[in-house]
Amino acid sequence: MKIAVLIKQVPDLVEGLEIDAGGKALDRDSLRYIISEADDHALEQALLIRERTGASVDVFTLDVGEARDSLTTALAKGAERVTLVAAGLEAAPGSHALAELFAAVLRPQNFDLIVTGVRAIDDLDGSLGGLLAGLLELPYVGLIRKVETGPGGETAIVQKEFPGGFVTELEVKLPAVLGIQSAEQPPRYVPVSRLRQVMKTAKIGEQAVEPPQAPPIAVERLFKPEEGAGASMLEGTPEELAKQIAGLLAERHLLK
Amino acid sequence: MTNDVMVIGEHFQGALSQITLELLGKARELAGPLGGKVEVVLLGHAVEPLTAQLGAADRLSIADHPLLEHFVPETYEAVIAQRIKQAGPRLVLLGSTSVGLDLIGPLSVRAAVPCFDNCTSLQVREGRVVAISQLYGGKIFAEYAVPETTALVAVVPGSFPAEPGKAAGAPEVLRLAAPPAPRTTFRRLIEPPPGDVDVSKVPLLVAVGRGIQNADNIPLAQELAETLGGAVCASRPVIDQGWLPLTRQVGKSGVTVKPKLYLALGISGAPEHVEGMKQSELIIAVNTDANAPIFGLAHYGAVADAVEIIPLLTEQIRAASG
Amino acid sequence: MMPTLIRFGPVPGWAILWVAFLAAVAIFAWRVTTLIRLLLLGRYENRFDRIPQRIWRVVVYILGQRRMLEEPLIGIPHLLIFYGFVVFLLSTNSMLLSGLFPSLHLPTVDDNRFLAPVVDVFGVLVLAGLAVSSFRRFILRPAGLQRTIDATVVNSLIASLMVTFVLAEAFRSVAAGAALKGASTQETVWVPFGNWLAGVFSGHPALVTHAIGLYYFCWWVHILTVLGFLVYLPYSKHLHLLAAPFSVFFSRLEHPGMLRPGVLLEGGMGAGRLTELTWRQLLAAFACAECGRCERACPSFQVGEPCSPRQLVHNLKMQLFQCGKVMMSGVPASKLDKETCLLEGLIPRDELWTCTTCRACANRCPVFNEHLSITIDLRRRLVERGELDKRLEEALRNLGRYGNSFGQSERKRAIWTQGLDFKPKDARKQPVQWLWYMGEYHCYHPTLQPVTRSLARILQAAEIDYGILYEAERNSGNDTRRVGEEGLFELLRERNTAVLRAADFKDLFTMDPHVYNTLKNEYPDLNGGRHRILHYTELLAGMFQEGRLKPARRLSYGVTYHDPCYLGRYNGVYEPPRAVLKALGLKVKEMPRSRSFSFCCGGGGGRVWMEETGEAHSRPSESRVREAAALDGVQVLVVACPKDHVMFSDAIKTAGLEGKLAVKDLTELVAEAI
Repeated sequence: MKIAVLIKQVPDLVEGLEIDAGGKALDRDSLRYIISEADDHALEQALLIRERTGASVDVFTLDVGEARDSLTTALAKGAERVTLVAAGLEAAPGSHALAELFAAVLRPQNFDLIVTGVRAIDDLDGSLGGLLAGLLELPYVGLIRKVETGPGGETAIVQKEFPGGFVTELEVKLPAVLGIQSAEQPPRYVPVSRLRQVMKTAKIGEQAVEPPQAPPIAVERLFKPEEGAGASMLEGTPEELAKQIAGLLAERHLLK
Repeated sequence: MTNDVMVIGEHFQGALSQITLELLGKARELAGPLGGKVEVVLLGHAVEPLTAQLGAADRLSIADHPLLEHFVPETYEAVIAQRIKQAGPRLVLLGSTSVGLDLIGPLSVRAAVPCFDNCTSLQVREGRVVAISQLYGGKIFAEYAVPETTALVAVVPGSFPAEPGKAAGAPEVLRLAAPPAPRTTFRRLIEPPPGDVDVSKVPLLVAVGRGIQNADNIPLAQELAETLGGAVCASRPVIDQGWLPLTRQVGKSGVTVKPKLYLALGISGAPEHVEGMKQSELIIAVNTDANAPIFGLAHYGAVADAVEIIPLLTEQIRAASG
Repeated sequence: MMPTLIRFGPVPGWAILWVAFLAAVAIFAWRVTTLIRLLLLGRYENRFDRIPQRIWRVVVYILGQRRMLEEPLIGIPHLLIFYGFVVFLLSTNSMLLSGLFPSLHLPTVDDNRFLAPVVDVFGVLVLAGLAVSSFRRFILRPAGLQRTIDATVVNSLIASLMVTFVLAEAFRSVAAGAALKGASTQETVWVPFGNWLAGVFSGHPALVTHAIGLYYFCWWVHILTVLGFLVYLPYSKHLHLLAAPFSVFFSRLEHPGMLRPGVLLEGGMGAGRLTELTWRQLLAAFACAECGRCERACPSFQVGEPCSPRQLVHNLKMQLFQCGKVMMSGVPASKLDKETCLLEGLIPRDELWTCTTCRACANRCPVFNEHLSITIDLRRRLVERGELDKRLEEALRNLGRYGNSFGQSERKRAIWTQGLDFKPKDARKQPVQWLWYMGEYHCYHPTLQPVTRSLARILQAAEIDYGILYEAERNSGNDTRRVGEEGLFELLRERNTAVLRAADFKDLFTMDPHVYNTLKNEYPDLNGGRHRILHYTELLAGMFQEGRLKPARRLSYGVTYHDPCYLGRYNGVYEPPRAVLKALGLKVKEMPRSRSFSFCCGGGGGRVWMEETGEAHSRPSESRVREAAALDGVQVLVVACPKDHVMFSDAIKTAGLEGKLAVKDLTELVAEAI
């Protein structure tokens, strides 16, 4: 079985985000990129399937941000092949454009299963998984937290999350695209020594594709929510704060 | 393309989902200025009883078929795409939910129309439809015009009020064709383990997030909840660690709650969580990060360590109640 | 009177003795060979250098019994038993020789006027020593000291050896005396106890008549017991008799603050099998006498965590012996697969992760076993395999990506400076005399930031020329290394070394003992002796001494000082903090466990990054604050390490000591006083 994992780089929220002078995009100088969390889970899920069934795992990512590092990490975790997709873009494009690029890369390759994170923090025009499934005319299921392969490797049995702790189990005929919410176990840790070893011998494949046709999204402005506009902030030592909170509750007759 | 606004309805376990009413209310609001009608597309099996709640719509397009009893992305998508191509509405509103998110991508491609996600605001301004979506964990908002073509918009649940969607009326009913045999089949529904508290029914909630630091501190929160006469619930990271059962999860993939009191302790306020509790009557938040998004939503806040505050608060409440 | 000239039936005594002797020696030699083969399972490590230093160690710690004497109750009896053994070696050898070659009339110790009394006295002293040690083991029952069959057998054997010896002497005397009345035999020399006993026995005619027979009996029992002991020794924990001198000789001479670098083996970094440990690490199993000192000193063990250095070495021993059994059945060493497995074998994970790396164990061990190096090698392998506690993984990920375990942006490194009315010099851009390496806790942790500012103001006011690295600073890697992530440690070290080399400074100081330890001992490219690396308490002490700092007011607290593990035990810095407190006019009341016996706060070795196992009944930090609070008139526990500060502040709350004891960093007291 051949599995393709599509990962993307998103801004790292730890570093804080700033809007640039134009007001329509993020200030790229202050950005640092990290792998999208759900994509990390998608990779982990693929590796778990690989461990169980001997499937091969190919990882693709767009050449933006710390893409190479993500691919090296994927190799260190056990992926067979990793590919950097170069489309001559300066910044990460929207999901439609991304889906177009990956569809071009994947169409000739006959993967049985394509997995990616169900959503990313910068998804404005939908998420990659569903759009890609549409372009490749494959079935799609999202918000997945467990994947098993059916007998003969012809189907995938997936568990899809619903609110309130409910889960539905669906069976999908392969080839299919899956949007992963969380893998069956958290993404594995790669010891730095192994990472550095892999970095020395790593072969990162490169594939060039035509820039996408899909037009960029016309954002009129970006803005930050008003900070703390909602809450009246309480001040004091922890003991004083506890007293104040208890007082608020008492005022509203919420205490027994 | 017409000026109609189409709503993709959702239901679960025999009940109409709240998001459907929220979208219906918004659709009603937008249809006026746009000069179009409101249509609700509802798929399922034996859905007649639900249609009574959809009086606010002008038209109901119903596909009733055994294959549609449980949500299967492929089958729903096929029927809805067909209807969108037929009807050519101006706007298609979906919930940014387990249902809507599976549909929006494939629909966008099949119907060859643009789509947008994470929408929290929709307005008609000078003939244009202007939307705002939240991004980057709720830290940045993007305002944009929805293109002048059929467009799909997935809306964050809780963004619009449900009341306007509850109007009475007698919409015309349209029957949609049965779906083709799919490559995706429903196997079974897995219910959450029973016997635990249904936090959506508890009026006083003590909610813990990552700031609770480790499992050892959960009993402290439980003590506080007991003293208050309420229950403990949590955001996703706490549930993922296994410190509390899945039934206590509040948020997008968990339960939506509307308690009298929501004590958000060590919760940052990520959108996925906020979605599940933003309608709480009184929200008091404690977090060490002064910039935590929760403070934008809460009524009262304190920049402090939740682990420190919890036992102190328990004491204070005991003293006040005793 | 030659005991081996008597006949047992047709067979002469000396023949039987020869058989017994050769058999015993053969079994002993065969067993020792097996043990050496077991040691050879381990990796090679060069411990054959600096011979004079090694010999000196043996002199101080084996002949001088220095570590044993730290606990005089057992130290002195053991000293007696030890020297008793040495002395008896002489005596027994001569007895054996004369027994094996009876016709040669070889001179024996018993007949030597000078040596015989010494042996005699030692016989009794050893018995006295045994009495005390048995009392301690079976009645007092200190933790870690076990009442096993092995221990009982050994004690009994030694006791019977002494008893039979003294009795033999006595009966020989009586027999000689009786013989004198009849025919003449060699005169026996004067031995105090032997003669005294002989006097007592002489009053009993039955004993007198049978004296010679009893002498022979006692002699034979003695010699056969010796041979029996020889055979038993390499199978019992008394193996430490043979192994201890070697384990001390081959002990590690390098600074304990410098860990042995990771070696990349077939299975990866660290060790997962016996064959991946070094022969010296394996020798620990044989040298260990299961005295329990390590366990008694271990802070994790004290609070009920499943961490026990003694158990670790014991399990190692059991695993080795299992190998031995299989090897003796003919399987060659290269084919031992299951038997050499450590991580799937007898060593549970929890035992490895609950170690705080405080080194209290190795500090006490009389045979210089390296419990820590084994633990860390095993941790390295667990990291390699990705078998880590989830919180620890998160901390490591943060360290790798952001250079600090808090997961905060590196750009916020200097956020602590907000609140200062001056801007500390940027050591990346200007030359400075002192480089202040902050340490992540002093930069990011809200409890410590005020303390950091305090020191900054003190130094500014005293016109010390210092600078900081601002956003270029990363975690120094001390705890990363101790957690077993050697690769990440190397990465951090490379990066930090490059930054430090690019900066222009004369000397370096830090507030964090963990940073101090690793920069001083594990950054070879940095400190080619060019820079002095100090802990800030050393800097402050110097400033007080030079008069750059003078106290302006008297502080009236009763204080006690907690020696941080990585400052005190690891690096021997005990006096400077005390000197500062003295300069402030404070009288320091010492806790029972102070200086090198200081009790760890429980935060080291990455423990602050891990979940607790839930098995402990309390925390090391709680035990420590109670120890401080129990001192009369002490209101302040003075700390000089950020982890201590955080751990003890928490512990004071959970132990219910708020209002009775407060934690203050040394800086805070200095700030109050000047």
